Amino acid sequence: MYKYLVIGAGPAGVSAIEAIRKLDPSGEITQVADEDAGYYSRPGLAYYLTGEIPEDSLYPFADTDFVRLNVCQEKARVKRILPLEHRVDLHDGRQLAYNRLLIAVGASASATRVPGVDLEGVVKLDNLEDAHCILKFARKRRTAVVVGGGITALELVEAFRSRGLGVHYFLRGDRYWSNVLDETESHIVERRLKEEGIQIHYQTELAEIVGKGGKVAGVMTAGGDKIPCDVVGIAIGIQPRKGIAESAGLKTERGISVNEYLNTSDPDIFAAGDVAEVFDPTLGKPILDSLWGPARRQGYTAGLNMAGKNVPYYKGVPFNVTRLAGLTTTIIGAVGGRQDDADTVGIVRGDSEGWRQMPDALVAQADFDINRLRLLVGENHLVGALLMGDQTLSRAIHHLVFKKVDISPIRDKLVEKGHPVTDVIADFWAKINAADGKDNHAAIQS
Amino acid sequence: MGGKSVNRMPMNKRLSEETTKRQAIIEAQVVPDTSRCVQCGICSYYCPIGIDVRRHAWLDIPVLDSHCLTCGECIARCPRSVLRLDKNILFTASIEVMNKLHDKDLQKAGENV
Repeated sequence: MYKYLVIGAGPAGVSAIEAIRKLDPSGEITQVADEDAGYYSRPGLAYYLTGEIPEDSLYPFADTDFVRLNVCQEKARVKRILPLEHRVDLHDGRQLAYNRLLIAVGASASATRVPGVDLEGVVKLDNLEDAHCILKFARKRRTAVVVGGGITALELVEAFRSRGLGVHYFLRGDRYWSNVLDETESHIVERRLKEEGIQIHYQTELAEIVGKGGKVAGVMTAGGDKIPCDVVGIAIGIQPRKGIAESAGLKTERGISVNEYLNTSDPDIFAAGDVAEVFDPTLGKPILDSLWGPARRQGYTAGLNMAGKNVPYYKGVPFNVTRLAGLTTTIIGAVGGRQDDADTVGIVRGDSEGWRQMPDALVAQADFDINRLRLLVGENHLVGALLMGDQTLSRAIHHLVFKKVDISPIRDKLVEKGHPVTDVIADFWAKINAADGKDNHAAIQS
Repeated sequence: MGGKSVNRMPMNKRLSEETTKRQAIIEAQVVPDTSRCVQCGICSYYCPIGIDVRRHAWLDIPVLDSHCLTCGECIARCPRSVLRLDKNILFTASIEVMNKLHDKDLQKAGENV
């Protein structure tokens, strides 16, 4: 009986199982995960924290789905992998044999080395257990300090604010998420946060967390200011959980190194999702990202290959839609930006290194109130885009970037001032679809 | 018949607006853009009929359930702009098929003449 072993209960692991079952109806699939909650939507935690959804809603699969997939699920922690023996040892002493193995264990929040980090009331947002912690502290506390950048920092800020706490958000640099957003976009987000009553402290670095009776009582900044608070949220970046692969002698760099087939340095071991550092043939280097869509597609591709296919993972264009200070924001392709952000180290959740490739591109932008469109215009196609607020054009633009549509007919109009960029794109899109015979005007706005 | 006039627009214009709105709703269904979806569950949670819209986004299929009211709640609530109302391909296909059948009938009728 062919044995497939999947370590991890996230979208990469689950998608791999779906792919394997499609090709192999009878092989034995075992899924090992150390998280009690099993498979749930990690991005949904943000909405659970603000109270938009109850906890039960976080689970996309019911037990029946796993029964239908005929998966044996084990709640256990992997102690080590023995590639030559094709065996995995669990912490409880059990040993599991495999023919093909997938490591999809994800990434975890980077720790800060600031003194006081072990006090009660210091929180992060990696998983459901962290979300429970946050809710517990938010019930009893009055003031929060959040340190970090990217999407997770705002999720912490919004979680505390929506529960009625006063929130201080420390930015080490001069603006928010400077390695993806430009100045205007950073300021849009910051202004909205301030409107919600959040206090932003610029050029402020957390130096120490001060405690009283083992609990958080306040923080000290590098500048010597003391701010009283009862809870501290840290979101300074994440790191792939590559330890288990490293110990097994697999090739790792920042994550577990895999080729376009999601294969590690061992022919029978694959890796996918946040833990994997996938070689991108177009960029010629391995890229880390922490995105749900790629995790799912990587997992699926890995599953197909584990079951005998030889399918490369087609990366497409790095793409994410998220909510920043209540504003739906789509980030597509290469949007440029600084290589480093002062508030985070390495990658953050919902981020892609692909966004930071600096294209030789011009910028075309349109601003209407809080609707912001920034296009990165290459020689004859769009290389990237960022849309904040109104999302009407996001699908069209994604298509134009992804398919490298020749935009020479409108390039000049886009870059010259005086032409409303949104209209230029909308008209161009309509023309393309009319030519294809597609009735795109059927798309109805709600 | 009688009663207060709540809308000062002429009757025929009002009817035509209502018809257009209803036609738009009838012709449309909720369509997901799967690549944006993170399976958070907001859509399914807010559906007044209890349709598992989230599962449709996972499977990349439009909501074909006839119970769907096209109320737009899921579309409005999705934090990632995954869902949209788009023209219902079922009805479009029917019209095309019916036209084809009509043409075939005419052809047949022509042959017999």
